[in-house]
Amino acid sequence: MARLGMVIDTVRCVGCMDCVVACKTENQTPEGMNRDWITYATRGRYPDLSLTIQSERCNHCDNPPCVHCCPTGASHVHDWGGMVQITREECIGCKACLASCPYDARYIHPDGYADKCTFCLHRVEKGEDPACVAVCPTHCMHFGDLDDPHSEVRKLLDSRRHHTVMPEAGTRPQIFFLE
Amino acid sequence: MSELISTAQSPWVDPHLHVWGWEIPVYLFLGGWTAGIMVLCGWALWKGQRDERPHATFSLASSGLFILAFAAISLGMLALFLDLEHKLFVWRLYVTFEPASPMSWGAWILILVYPVLLMGILLDPPLTLTNRVPQLVPLLKKLADNLTLRRITGLLAIGTGVALGIYTGILLSALGARPLWSSAILGPLFLFSGLSAAAAFAHWASPDQPEREYLAKIDNQFLASELAIVLLFLIGLTTSTEAHLQAAQLFLGGAYTAVFWVGVVGLGIVLPLIIQSLAVTHRVPHTPLAPVLVILGGLALRFVIVSAGQISHWSRL
Repeated sequence: MARLGMVIDTVRCVGCMDCVVACKTENQTPEGMNRDWITYATRGRYPDLSLTIQSERCNHCDNPPCVHCCPTGASHVHDWGGMVQITREECIGCKACLASCPYDARYIHPDGYADKCTFCLHRVEKGEDPACVAVCPTHCMHFGDLDDPHSEVRKLLDSRRHHTVMPEAGTRPQIFFLE
Repeated sequence: MSELISTAQSPWVDPHLHVWGWEIPVYLFLGGWTAGIMVLCGWALWKGQRDERPHATFSLASSGLFILAFAAISLGMLALFLDLEHKLFVWRLYVTFEPASPMSWGAWILILVYPVLLMGILLDPPLTLTNRVPQLVPLLKKLADNLTLRRITGLLAIGTGVALGIYTGILLSALGARPLWSSAILGPLFLFSGLSAAAAFAHWASPDQPEREYLAKIDNQFLASELAIVLLFLIGLTTSTEAHLQAAQLFLGGAYTAVFWVGVVGLGIVLPLIIQSLAVTHRVPHTPLAPVLVILGGLALRFVIVSAGQISHWSRL
């Protein structure tokens, strides 16, 4: 079975936020709420500083606490690709998933249900990349099957050093950042 | 230096992203109090105690406390309902059972709680019920006289009470993204807090002097246990990872230090423990002060744990 994930090259990312705007346009997210965002991490001691820019979103974790804690099964792992999805009609808006996510990737939509990045499921099902990946002007974002040894994402992970966000939280994120 | 700037929505900037407000602590307190009442009254039923007064009272063997518990858990569920953002879909809780979700367990435990409470009420029916439906009196008398039924109801009340009390803590501890909550000891902590609040109320309201003495004594034991569990909770956090240590700092010099040590521990546990210890040795009279402090302390405990837990988080850098 496919295991869909994302590989993002932090060396190429310039933090232009095209991915954020593309997501907002594609998914019509409400005002003030975003499914993806940019982080700028500065480390070191002046003048020897390093800057890491990352485009972040729901990590579609392999051990997703939001799915485990959902009392109605609205949060679930999709049959294909292992993506974490939400069935709006089953969500009661209890917010347990918001409290369980170490990445604060979820928010409550004004219509009452929990919402987050879907990896643009509607596009992926048609064989297209998620909107954020499709518009990236530096081509720093890659999407594909992590279990396929011939996929671009697998090859990148096999050849480059990479990390995930907060692996110590035990969620096994499926978004990887190349260093 | 390490500095992180994020363009994500943040609860610090956008208050609407704050996860849980007053509803959840109120629900957790009322659930814990109901659990405590069920255990105490269940124990009295199991021992075969009976209140021979013609009307319902607040003694452990009567139905007054069961009636109050019925009202309390219903109010708690109303608070829980008010917290839901997709209210019309609440019925979805009861068309599935998600074994990994403590909230799903809780929804079903609440369904078990109601018939047990109802049974506790019917074993000593209030006059308002028997006066309105006199046809039921012979049947209810037969039920009340059945010692086996009383003992079974007592056992069920203890079992569901313990499950309800522990669940209110496990609900939070299952949310590992908030290091302050990721401790299973929250289950026993909330159970003992519920027991102490229930014993405090029953001690205050019971019409029998010997029962009041007995309840004050066991309330002291519950409070001492609760104090020990609070300390174990903090020891567990401070001997764990950096994230858990940071979470413990919220109570050890951080934003919640004063309200936790003065409000929850000092006024809610230690002071009533001292007052009631003096009262049971007849050095000071029994007054409502200690029970009121215990009950408010139990409420404050839920508010502090729920609020502080939402601030605690895994560190990004």
